[in-house]
Amino acid sequence: MVEQIDFSQVNWARAQFALTAMYHWIFVPLTLGLSVLLAFFETIYVKTGNEAWKRLTKFWMTLFAINFAIGVATGIILEFQFGTNWSNYSWIVGDIFGAPLAIEGIFAFFLEATFFAMMFFGWDRVSKGMHLFSTWMVAIGANLSALWILVANGWMQNPVGMEFNPDTARFEMVNFAEIIFNPVAVSKFTHTTSSGFLLACLFVVGVSSWYLMKGRHQLMAKRSIVVASVFGVIAAAYVGFSGDEAAYEVSQQQPMKLAAMEGLYEGEVNAGLVALGVINSKKIAGDTQEPFIFSVKIPYALSLLANRELGSFVPGIDDLVFGNEEQGIESGASRIAKGKQAIAALAAYKEARNNHDDVASQQALGQFDAYKSNLGYGYLESGADAVPPVATTFYAFHIMVALGTLFPLIFIVLLYYIYKGELENAGWLHIVGLCCIPLAWIASETGWVVAEVGRQPWAIQGLLPVQVANTNLTTGTIQTTFFMFLFLFTLLIIAEFKIMLTQIKKGPEED
Amino acid sequence: MLYSVYSFYRNGFRSMTVGKRLWLIIALKLFVMFGVLKVFYFPNYLNTQFDTDHERTNHVIEQITMVR
Repeated sequence: MVEQIDFSQVNWARAQFALTAMYHWIFVPLTLGLSVLLAFFETIYVKTGNEAWKRLTKFWMTLFAINFAIGVATGIILEFQFGTNWSNYSWIVGDIFGAPLAIEGIFAFFLEATFFAMMFFGWDRVSKGMHLFSTWMVAIGANLSALWILVANGWMQNPVGMEFNPDTARFEMVNFAEIIFNPVAVSKFTHTTSSGFLLACLFVVGVSSWYLMKGRHQLMAKRSIVVASVFGVIAAAYVGFSGDEAAYEVSQQQPMKLAAMEGLYEGEVNAGLVALGVINSKKIAGDTQEPFIFSVKIPYALSLLANRELGSFVPGIDDLVFGNEEQGIESGASRIAKGKQAIAALAAYKEARNNHDDVASQQALGQFDAYKSNLGYGYLESGADAVPPVATTFYAFHIMVALGTLFPLIFIVLLYYIYKGELENAGWLHIVGLCCIPLAWIASETGWVVAEVGRQPWAIQGLLPVQVANTNLTTGTIQTTFFMFLFLFTLLIIAEFKIMLTQIKKGPEED
Repeated sequence: MLYSVYSFYRNGFRSMTVGKRLWLIIALKLFVMFGVLKVFYFPNYLNTQFDTDHERTNHVIEQITMVR
């Protein structure tokens, strides 16, 4: 099913990055979503003056604090890896990433950190209104932090607002607004934060279902479920809407990723969306094998999703690898030839500059400018090298979508049972609610698998493949730190799990 | 003013229950990350291998023009 693993040095560096990013992402979405839910809970407390809502808010705030404390700074390890394992990449993009990450540090993180102490220490020490304001500020700050990181990630998927400076070997920012309002970054931000909201709602539902199952703190559990389910339905709708927008942007900027998400090899007009399918893992670009062992498609839906037009053409992997003249799609081989011209021109430019030969350097620069949009393809050996792991991308995408479709239905059923006053007795629904916890994280992680595995081999879309972005280190060095991270993060997860479980068993303060 | 901020934090930290264990985890984690991993395993490659930006640029240009 899953592609054969290549244990070369670059792949160890990729595996290490993926491992740390996925562990980091266990903590982040809960912080993003639970912070907003806390603000809702506390708003209800302030509005009603009912102390039960205060106890409820404080309980979820404790779980939020545990998650925040264990998860905080785990993302910094990714920055360590940039400097060590991905030194070419970090040099090349330093000018672009510097600004959004600095803004994150100065603005969002400090906003969040300033109000954090107020939120935790301020109960009964500051006014209700001030405390509520702090809780909202923590929620806004946490989500703004995500904005800057996602702007950086969006730029890697769709590099805009920059120029490559051959004298410094860096992409330099020429239009900050274009980078911030990059449509890929915008859709990534809305989709990622709303999926965090959804995950937190499912977490609250899961923990509350456990209380109902045990017959403890039932009123608090039901109140929590009502707020989480109402917000969950809204968040799920927004996840769907932003997901549609994200898929549209993928189709426009990263058509190969979309083809992999759908296991689409031969492009089609009126293309159908695979609702269910088993990929033929032996299939490779250009051969005559069927791409699926079994599949069920929704007619026209892929054309609609990709181009917002029913009868439109959606390119497949074969079209993008071998070209399709009729549809005006250039072949990978042609782009590779142009990319090699760009690399040769860059080398010639550097040599001419070293020799102080202005005429030759200008000629080389002209040549480079003509071919630079295909620079990254020059590092590939064949068009097929631009194909991401299809099975991984396909399954991750379909698991995410299936779960994303299931979650709002669960919220609606929960709300229905609460409305009917039968939630305490619906044991099967408590089990479903509890199962929501792992399912929420599976959906969230698979979303990132689609985003990141689906854009391989590119570190920067079309401009820099991963094998050129990384540092020439020995594989052993990366393997050592890979296992150290595995150990460290596993310890943290166990700590989070144990402390949270203890706190959940303890429950909220009694009346 | 400064004293009230100080006492706000002091009282806050004193009244923590689960928070003390969390601060311990945060401190240990930051020590492992910055005191061990960053120092011994994650040097900034270009900063440690080269002294000037000019040398770093030349190295990166060499890397990206040498097709692997």
